[in-house]
Amino acid sequence: MNRQRSTFLITILCFGYAFLYIPIVMVVIYSFNDSRIVSVWGGFSFRWYLQLLENRQIIEAALLSLRIAFVSATVATALGTLAGLALARMGRFRGRILFTGMIAAPLVMPEVITGLSLLLLFVSLQDLVGWPGGRGAATITIGHITFSMAYVAVIVQSRLMSLDESLQEAAMDLGGRPFRVTLDITLPIIAPALLSGWLLAFTLSLDDLVIASFVSGPGASTLPMWIFSKIRLGVTPDINALATVIITIVSLGVVIAGWLMFRQEKQRQRDVQ
Amino acid sequence: MTQVSPAQSAEKPAWLDPATKPFIRVEGVTKNFNGFTAVDNVDLEIYQGELFAILGGSGCGKTTLLRILAGFERPTSGRILIDGADMTAVPPYERPVNMMFQSYAVFPHMTVEKNVAYGLKKEGAPKAEIQTRVKEMLELVQLDGFAERKPHQLSGGQRQRVALARALVKRPKVLLLDEPLAALDKKLREHTQFELMNIQDQIGVTFIVVTHDQDEAMTLATRIAVMQAGRFIQCGTPKEIYEYPVNRYVADFFGTINLFEGTVSRVEGEGMEVECGAIDAMVKAKSFETIQPNTRLTIAVRPEKISITKEPPDHNDKSVLKGVVWDLGYHGNLSIYRVKTDSGVIVQVSAQNRIRSAERVLEWDDVVYLSWDVQSSVVLTE
Repeated sequence: MNRQRSTFLITILCFGYAFLYIPIVMVVIYSFNDSRIVSVWGGFSFRWYLQLLENRQIIEAALLSLRIAFVSATVATALGTLAGLALARMGRFRGRILFTGMIAAPLVMPEVITGLSLLLLFVSLQDLVGWPGGRGAATITIGHITFSMAYVAVIVQSRLMSLDESLQEAAMDLGGRPFRVTLDITLPIIAPALLSGWLLAFTLSLDDLVIASFVSGPGASTLPMWIFSKIRLGVTPDINALATVIITIVSLGVVIAGWLMFRQEKQRQRDVQ
Repeated sequence: MTQVSPAQSAEKPAWLDPATKPFIRVEGVTKNFNGFTAVDNVDLEIYQGELFAILGGSGCGKTTLLRILAGFERPTSGRILIDGADMTAVPPYERPVNMMFQSYAVFPHMTVEKNVAYGLKKEGAPKAEIQTRVKEMLELVQLDGFAERKPHQLSGGQRQRVALARALVKRPKVLLLDEPLAALDKKLREHTQFELMNIQDQIGVTFIVVTHDQDEAMTLATRIAVMQAGRFIQCGTPKEIYEYPVNRYVADFFGTINLFEGTVSRVEGEGMEVECGAIDAMVKAKSFETIQPNTRLTIAVRPEKISITKEPPDHNDKSVLKGVVWDLGYHGNLSIYRVKTDSGVIVQVSAQNRIRSAERVLEWDDVVYLSWDVQSSVVLTE
């Protein structure tokens, strides 16, 4: 009976995973295609990867994307941690659920709306105070901070909820002032959550096309924006190579973040015992 | 540090000597949480070197009181004085008080040594001093070889000793312990109990222990305060509380006790007779000034104060009941008998197994006589 069920399950599972991963695998395979025509296999080659390295536009867009991702992930982690700490510290107060919900709302907000509202904000700010004097890397970074901060806050907050409050009380009892206790005890213990939050924010920023398109200006194209504008003219094989590189980076980030969370969970279970 | 605790060294206990000043004073402390009164107008005086236990069921307010002493909760009204200084508004990190948490709260990311050193570092003690004091403390709690271990490499008992060392290394004036033995298994609990008493004896710090376990309180404490619904209902030495409980709750909370309700039928000088309808007997007890005939009260008798015999006792100054052995349990050092009186009430009796024998002295359904002295009848008016 067990065997029967597993055959059935495995078939279903195979279909599911095939549906999810065949397109990605195709991209990876065709990135090594020697032929200039995307859909015809012309033998194995690294030529599109080499061509990527020579394409200044791509390199610039990639560097811009990485820079934006790094800055926005760092700022989002700092702000998200503060928000998570504040929400976890305040204890129970009236409207707490509303506030917690409001922190998480950007997670489900359609990106188009986030992008549109940010664009409106930047435009009207520029009219009112003269800042930002044009849109570009800075406005994209701010846009990415606003939505990835929500992810970090949720991760940090859920970690803090499961943190034994008496740890912080014990540190205070031993003479640590509240701020020192946060530095000495709280942050080191939740550090893995912060790191996985940072990695998540980093990959989100690297992936984002919609918000970046809204709040970007002339001259500032992130990698996804560049790819998107390029395939409107037709898919070229070097895009496949680029996509493979991005897939590698993103999946590395996700794997490390997942591994950190897993380890942290195990550590916590060990501490509970 | 090495001062001898007055509670143990003086001939007269500190709480009976009017010349000794209390070390900790709790004055009319009340704590309200959104309309719920967790601690209700509690007054308490604890003397230096005492091992004081606050005992009560869950939700009686004992932990809240402890947290007020530690500074984690502000009392709604009332004052806390430690060694003469008003501590009511002082935050926990400035109080000369340390606490051992029920969960031990050992910092998981620090080694044993760093855990113990944390409090001294926050104090700004010089490095060399920190090292020697941490080393001393780890020796005291027998963790010398474990300095470099992380908490997850320790057993529950070892973690508890880390928590204890960490709290004691700061040389607090008072050590607060929240259910210190609750998380340990029975064997380790008994061992740790005596270890705690030993350590307290060695360093003479005043201990305040919160517990729900009356056995723990009895073995550990110099004095016990029994708490119920936010109030203290009795405060005294373990002996006082066991032998002279003030009401049925305290009597019932500490060990087993037989309770017989009755009315006073005759008062005669020092003694009186109480007619207990349920067991259909006249119970002899000591009277006191305010007692009047026809007062309703409860007579309480501990199982070990009752003697169980096959022959009727010859002294007529004892209270006597007749019944049959309904149930008996052999516990090695003693036997527990549950005797059903002629009126159908079950009375519990415990007897030491003084004679070594494989045969039982008393069997099921044996007719027995239960008797006890006048002074063994505890008179409870509440």
